[in-house]
Amino acid sequence: MADLNHLIAEAAQDFAACHDVPALENAKAKYLGKSGALTEALKGLGKLTAEERPAAGAAINVVKQAVEQALNERRDSILAAAQAKQLASETIDVTLPARAQSAGGLHPVTLTLRRVEELFHSIGFSVADGPEIETDFYNFTALNIPDNHPARAMHDTFYIDSGNDSMEHVLRTHTSPVQVHYMENNTPPLKIIAPGRVYRVDSDATHSPMFHQVEGLWVDEQISFANLKGVVQDFLQKFFERDDLTVRFRPSFFPFTEPSAEMDMSWNGGWLEIGGCGMVHPEVLKHVNIDSEKYRGFAFGLGVERLAMLRYGVNDLRHFFNNDLRFLQQFIK
Amino acid sequence: MQFSEQWLRSMVNPSLDTAQLGHALTMAGLEVEELSPVAPAFSHVVVAEIMEAAKHPDADRLQVCKVNVGEEILQIVCGASNARVGIKIPCALVGAELPGIQIKQAKVRGVESFGMLCSAKELGIATEANGILELPADAPVGQDIREYLDLNDSTYTLKLTPNRADCLSILGIARDVVAMTGAPITTPEMTTATIGSNLTKAVTLSAAEACPAYYGRVVEGVNAQAKTPDWMVRRLERSGIRSISALVDITNYVLLELGQPMHAFDHALLQGDVAVRFASAGEKLALLNDTEVTLKADDLVIADGHGPVALAGVMGGKPTSVTDATQAIFLESAFFTPDVMAGKARRLGLSTDSSYRFERGVDFGNTLNALERATALVLEICGGQAGAVTAVTAQLPVRKQVTLRHAYLLSILGIDVSLAQVGQLLTQLGFVYTEANGVFNVSAPSFRFDIAREEDLIEEVARLHGYEHIPALTPVASQGMLVAPEATRSKHWLRDVMVNHGYQEVVTYSFVDANWERDLYGNSQPIALKNPIASNLSVMRSGLWGGLLDALDYNLKRQQTRAMLFELGARYEKGAQGFVETLTLSGLVYGGVLPEQWAVETRAFDFYDAKAHVEALFAQPVRFAVEQHPALHPGQSARIYLGDKAVGWLGKLHPQWQQQYGLTSACYLFELDADAGLATQVPAYNEVSKFLPVRRDLAMVVDQTVSAQDMIDAIISEQIPQLQTVKLFDVYHGKGVPENKKSLAFLVLMQDTCKTMVDEEVDTIVARILNNWSSKFAASLR
Repeated sequence: MADLNHLIAEAAQDFAACHDVPALENAKAKYLGKSGALTEALKGLGKLTAEERPAAGAAINVVKQAVEQALNERRDSILAAAQAKQLASETIDVTLPARAQSAGGLHPVTLTLRRVEELFHSIGFSVADGPEIETDFYNFTALNIPDNHPARAMHDTFYIDSGNDSMEHVLRTHTSPVQVHYMENNTPPLKIIAPGRVYRVDSDATHSPMFHQVEGLWVDEQISFANLKGVVQDFLQKFFERDDLTVRFRPSFFPFTEPSAEMDMSWNGGWLEIGGCGMVHPEVLKHVNIDSEKYRGFAFGLGVERLAMLRYGVNDLRHFFNNDLRFLQQFIK
Repeated sequence: MQFSEQWLRSMVNPSLDTAQLGHALTMAGLEVEELSPVAPAFSHVVVAEIMEAAKHPDADRLQVCKVNVGEEILQIVCGASNARVGIKIPCALVGAELPGIQIKQAKVRGVESFGMLCSAKELGIATEANGILELPADAPVGQDIREYLDLNDSTYTLKLTPNRADCLSILGIARDVVAMTGAPITTPEMTTATIGSNLTKAVTLSAAEACPAYYGRVVEGVNAQAKTPDWMVRRLERSGIRSISALVDITNYVLLELGQPMHAFDHALLQGDVAVRFASAGEKLALLNDTEVTLKADDLVIADGHGPVALAGVMGGKPTSVTDATQAIFLESAFFTPDVMAGKARRLGLSTDSSYRFERGVDFGNTLNALERATALVLEICGGQAGAVTAVTAQLPVRKQVTLRHAYLLSILGIDVSLAQVGQLLTQLGFVYTEANGVFNVSAPSFRFDIAREEDLIEEVARLHGYEHIPALTPVASQGMLVAPEATRSKHWLRDVMVNHGYQEVVTYSFVDANWERDLYGNSQPIALKNPIASNLSVMRSGLWGGLLDALDYNLKRQQTRAMLFELGARYEKGAQGFVETLTLSGLVYGGVLPEQWAVETRAFDFYDAKAHVEALFAQPVRFAVEQHPALHPGQSARIYLGDKAVGWLGKLHPQWQQQYGLTSACYLFELDADAGLATQVPAYNEVSKFLPVRRDLAMVVDQTVSAQDMIDAIISEQIPQLQTVKLFDVYHGKGVPENKKSLAFLVLMQDTCKTMVDEEVDTIVARILNNWSSKFAASLR
């Protein structure tokens, strides 16, 4: 039996010369193929005696295993190199900017109103709305502000040119008329907020001729001024997410509530006026046929831009209506 | 209402400092809007007299003065041109600290100077000054200037609510301070004048309901040129009223002190008797402010034999007004009722201190006192002899008894105050009451016009009890869940869809330029405002596009190159039954479909981009029909239908407006009734077919003018039961398709719910479709 050990070195050399899998398979044939050296050697075992055969067979197998191992190692190495090459070629700059889409956003007034709605919704308030072009009756008279009442002078009202129409129309100066519409069409208990646009003839750095208010109304049998304080304080603390925020109620006057109050909020060591409120005036309840002996309620009105300015740190009211994208896009969240 | 702290403290002086008093007023409902000291803090400034003034040896504009400051004579170098011997001036001594200046002994151009002669500006009591402040000749040399000019004072400005007319005077505020603090009150002395003149004036009252009390008297021999005393000038000035002449100042002083508007006529210029009557329509009156008003029949006037001499409670007439030449006056103190006064001044464009008070209610219990008070001041300051008072009175308002139920008060306020405490608070307010079984019967004093019902008293009790002492309690109420029908979406859903497509929400004004309405909506008769804030904000919008284009313009001018904007808000139209407001969602796209970037080649927005955004808003399919809109390009304009209902528009801004608005590229716009997007359905399950659908693709050659939607609608209207879907998937012009034609490729899906369709059935349906298209659109298979 010829010594086959030299094949191990020869095969290793041949395999090393191969750089892809097909070449390697070709090289393999020389040793392990049908007529390869080792296959031939195994075939030659038949010519040996029974005594010689085991030792010779074992010797061939040792060589065969060594060659197969060399083959597998080389194959693995070729595959690994190929994969490494592919990965390298597929490498990208992951720091390039993403394929950009337009980023849309909500107006800060909407963000604020949405938050107000959510907070009041969580304690059972529905959202109501009403017309912005109001009759004089709903904007004033039904709210206990008769003709020529000095309180009308507090509202710098926009009047609609109604032509020959005898009914005077105005742009609503507050969201309070929504209370009246709602109470006309629903029976207590009532819990609503009414957000929306309101209008006053006033335009300077701190006044916009159009702005937003949110009106709140709760009418039930056992509603008190103390409850009004409780709800408003709870709202403001939750809205600003500050438990240390305090609310101050000051006596004031609105013809449609009594007692009436201005609400001030603690802010940076001082007080900021945040809205008006009070117990719904019996005259208002009478207008909408609600028995004021049985039911009572509170109402409040908050300035939405004021809330938004404080919440987001906006220092100029005019930003809200300039619609500058550099401003608006700061509120994308 | 502006007033001096010291004036108030002369009537009531609670042990509260200036800030504490301000806080107390605010918390009692008399909101202090502004509180400022009359003079800034400074010290060591005294009244001084210039004894000598000589030119400075080395400076033309300086003088070296010898100044008597009381205890010594100081040498002081002064640059003021009005510094001269004999005048009295404020002098800051060495060691004085003035606002921003510290006074030290100094050498001025080589001459020693031991203080500074001061201007009003240097003392911080005026913003401008021309030279040093010259004091009256009788100013006592050596007296502290703060004391002499009464500078240890502050002015309060109250923002009074219309119900608190009683606080439009020092007396009224003092009364409320008494109620709050319990401090004692010292009211001005009311003496009845000694009658020294026989002159009287008869008054006839023909409008007794409008003027239930009229008091007048003549004072003759007055010196109309008398100087108003400094203390009075100061109190008036610190209340925001300029000194005019002694007689006018006195009436203003009484108005501020007691809240009673007064008027002084020149007695010599009144012809005959005085009448209080309504005007005859068309009568004219020349007023003190140099305007002439034409009166209406419901204007109340004071008239003499010739005609109106004053608009009652508003303003006096010019011809009968007091002048320096006046020697006798007729002083008027009257009560005009709020009902009659309401709105009069506003109608005439005149708001005066007098009308402001009468509209809100003047204390009718004090009318005569005020006349006596004014008389006493006239006699004291201008001299003269008073005539007897002519008094004409009728039925004064009666303060009806108001009931206050203790239990009701507690339930409204949600507090626990005892019956005795409530009684105590009512007494503090000057209310008279009886109480039985927990029910108070209360009469309000004549100065309170705001106590007519139980709630008015509850508010008073709450106010005095202190709103801060009312607890903040969470309501206890029965709770039910809120119903939100599943078949509607919220407005926020619409907004979210827009935002998710990349749109930025804007908020634009509801009033717009009338030109926008005319150009963009063909609306020549928009809803107009009578009193717009600006001529370009004069009409209500009937659509939102003007505002969006304006917002686009604003941003393009600030170097933005693309924009996706939307607004959700009302549009306003005239309807058959009044004004109609429709919640509207409008959008605008401009510029590149994507932000500028490396990864995707940019392309401009087109019609179909905007169309996709519109379709995303609807739960049900909408149809787009070829219709024209004034704002839109005639060839790229579609009306949007939901079923048979027109719910909006979509299109390209007309090139004419594009040019007019200065837009360099195309702009696409849409506008929808928001309600159409809010409607949806509760999902309902349909059997999922076990059989596979059959697909046929049909490429049709038609005229360029044929609309794909019409072709699809034509097939849908055939109502073929097995037809599931007809969808356009390709549009082709060019090689193989004749000019003026186009190829539209449709995908047709067919399915039977109970069996697999056989070829013959499919072919029959396809033939039906082709027939339809062929006959209606002259379409042929490509």
